[in-house]
Amino acid sequence: MNPAQPYLFLAAALFIIGMAGALARRNAILALVGIELMLNAANLSFVAFWRHGPHPDPQTGLMFALFSIAIAGAEAAVGLALIIALFRHRRSVSLEAAESLKG
Amino acid sequence: MTPWFLLFGGLVVVGALGAMALRNPVHCGLSLVVTFVGLAGTYLDLGADFLGLAQILVYVGAVAILLVFVMLLTRTGRGESPEVRPGGWWWGGLVAALVAVGLVGALASVSGWKPRSEPMTFPTVRDLGVALMTDFVLPLQLVGVVLTAAMIGAAILALPERRGGRVGRTPKGEEPEQ
Repeated sequence: MNPAQPYLFLAAALFIIGMAGALARRNAILALVGIELMLNAANLSFVAFWRHGPHPDPQTGLMFALFSIAIAGAEAAVGLALIIALFRHRRSVSLEAAESLKG
Repeated sequence: MTPWFLLFGGLVVVGALGAMALRNPVHCGLSLVVTFVGLAGTYLDLGADFLGLAQILVYVGAVAILLVFVMLLTRTGRGESPEVRPGGWWWGGLVAALVAVGLVGALASVSGWKPRSEPMTFPTVRDLGVALMTDFVLPLQLVGVVLTAAMIGAAILALPERRGGRVGRTPKGEEPEQ
């Protein structure tokens, strides 16, 4: 058992919970919450590899996680703006209200 | 594995389960805050001090608040029942279980892990700032451009529409079609 493994298992659990929720929930906001959880799982594995990986560079892994957090912030802002636009058109945040592209 | 890992890992898993399984969306948002705090604690436990504090600032301070605000802005009064789509947990659980088998299988079969040859030197906030301004200055500028574009785009998307605006949009005050 290498020292990074507990953290990687925790990240895997977080990713799986987020994925199940993002696929199952009907509320678009909560699907976005599931996506945020998956992003955070990726971040956690970045930090775990930074701390316990064999590479001696002290900064690059942290920078990776830092930029990932910044991009996740942008993603949340745009996603929530899209949800507000959807609500304005359909008066609902249910994902089933946004089915006009369905063939 | 430290006691801190068990504590914060437990917070992360319990908060994530609550965020995905609770019925009331506002409770889900608050449960998400528990997950983010647990993750920040895990980062601190791993020695990434600045990242843990950035996690609290960005996720608890901005993303979670934004989520709760949007939940309150998009309340309709009529209940959005049911909260889970029919058969949703079955499908979501199936896909997630397949991913779980892949991930856990890969993680459990790791071998030949080389331990770090020299002791870890933890970068201080000063080191991180210097690195951001020297080695990582191009990514930093690009992230600035991305954040600006995302901010402008989000504002345009969320602004109320004007009458006679873009084609295909519903004028304000009218019920949308369907």
